[in-house]
Amino acid sequence: MSCLQTIADYGLRAIGIGERLLPRSDFTLCQQFTLIGSGMIWNIYFGVMALAAGFFLATLLALGKGSRLWITRKPAEWFIFIFRGSPLFIQFFFAYFSFLSLKNSEGLFLIQILFWVLPDAFVTVGLQDAIMGFFRNVVQPAAQPFTAAWLGAGFVLFLNTSAYTGEIFHGALKSIPKGDLEAADAYGLSGWSRFRRITFPTMLRLAWPAYTNEAIFLFHATTLVYFSGFPAWQQRGDALYYAQFFADKTFNPFIPYPILAFYFILLTLAVIGLYGIANRYLNRHLPQEARRRLRIRPNLIR
Amino acid sequence: MFESCADPSSLEGLSWFACYLTTGKHMAFYASFGTVLLLLAIILPAALLFGFAGATAARSRFLPLSILGKTYSAIVRGVPDIAFFLFFVIALDQAFEYIRHKIKCPDWSEPIRQGNDFVVCTAAKMPLSNSPAWVHDTYAFLVAVLTFAIVYGAFAAQVLYGAMQAVPRAQIETAEAYGMSHAQAFRRILVPQMWIYALPGLGNLWMIMVKATPLLFLLGIQDVVYWARDLGGTKQARFTDYPHGDWRMFYFGALLVFYLLLTWVSEKVLDRLTRRFSLGQATAAGEAMRKAGA
Repeated sequence: MSCLQTIADYGLRAIGIGERLLPRSDFTLCQQFTLIGSGMIWNIYFGVMALAAGFFLATLLALGKGSRLWITRKPAEWFIFIFRGSPLFIQFFFAYFSFLSLKNSEGLFLIQILFWVLPDAFVTVGLQDAIMGFFRNVVQPAAQPFTAAWLGAGFVLFLNTSAYTGEIFHGALKSIPKGDLEAADAYGLSGWSRFRRITFPTMLRLAWPAYTNEAIFLFHATTLVYFSGFPAWQQRGDALYYAQFFADKTFNPFIPYPILAFYFILLTLAVIGLYGIANRYLNRHLPQEARRRLRIRPNLIR
Repeated sequence: MFESCADPSSLEGLSWFACYLTTGKHMAFYASFGTVLLLLAIILPAALLFGFAGATAARSRFLPLSILGKTYSAIVRGVPDIAFFLFFVIALDQAFEYIRHKIKCPDWSEPIRQGNDFVVCTAAKMPLSNSPAWVHDTYAFLVAVLTFAIVYGAFAAQVLYGAMQAVPRAQIETAEAYGMSHAQAFRRILVPQMWIYALPGLGNLWMIMVKATPLLFLLGIQDVVYWARDLGGTKQARFTDYPHGDWRMFYFGALLVFYLLLTWVSEKVLDRLTRRFSLGQATAAGEAMRKAGA
């Protein structure tokens, strides 16, 4: 079988297009390259979705944490603490089993606890029926798609990256030069227009190098998805899933893992390149000397 | 555990839970939290050792050594750490068996890699197939420790390399003016002073390592994740005295709380350490403390 044929068969295997059976024996280098590459589709999907959605929640969290209002500050602080303070691996497990419990009848156990906690006077038959009905008709169907990796794991990654990015944005928000804000005041900018024209762009500019790191490590974190409860339905997995598949079958880790490393280094370089373009755009008004260079350093891994 | 647990079917409510939570398997679950802390206690010095070697190599004036040191710390930036875990756990095992094979069975003629198999002579197996279970467990744990140390050593190398660069150049020049050799200046001046610069990075590394400990599960160790999955799963009345539904959600919720506590305590301790180490240092924080004291 030629390599082109293999690519046609397995190039989109990770999303269920092409040959259904995975290779069983005589694993060629081409097969390993193709399948692991096809798994990268999932890594890119998870990373891009989480980053795109997380950006907005992170901005809200940063503003919330920086707010003087207790009611917005505390939730943001707790959210950031919970998602940054616990391992992503455990978060995946917890989320997966929670969704599973909500989907199945085990979720009723939660309702029993609720009834047990509530004072007896509250728990009338009507209320019980209403809560059970709500659970059956709304919660169970809603939890159904979240037990699949594409939505459930994506959701966890979205919350997780929001927390990390929120912390980065919060730090940047605090280090906006005082003079910039005073200048905005002097020009009569306030409220929304000050935020849109001064605060937000400056925050992004200051946060961008750290945000680039966050993006890189988020892509790395996507490899955890299929090792943390979420099932790889019909063997449609991510790059690490296929790399481990080959390492298990051939008992030779020295081929699939370097291939995976090769793909991830490419992905990392692509992320650095794209974020570098954005960084240049954000810094375009500054004199050459003052522009902040992107420095890529490992920061918090989940 | 308790006398009253002898007949589980007669229990109810809280006493049922008290008995349920003290079964032998639950005791193993609680002990596995100790495994996590033990792992942390071992890998911190081990990773520092690897990191120190890596950072020293990266600073070397001998080019190949310096390239080696820099590559070591650079590679973890590009590749997910979990890929390293899955890789090293097989690769290290095979490397050990290969070396033992070469020493113990020199007259073995067949190739070691036969198609999809990795075949070494019986005497070279790690650990020997007739050794007791605890040897297998300990060996698996040690391979896991080594894997962690190699991967997080690369992070530590980066931190320590930065810290070594951050020690003011004047300090080294003064040492040289006193006639110290390169090695002496390194040992007596650079290494004692670099820690305050390394502390924020090392604190970060500690947090990373705390949050990486559940990955032990992927290395085949019976750790907290293993037990949470095992104990939380649905239990049929036929197989156990304590039947229950799918409680994995609650077990993993407990793990979540455990890790939150661990990082919270770590944060407090690191804050204290930073203040302690800043005392008398030529840094802004040290200067502020001097002024406050004076």
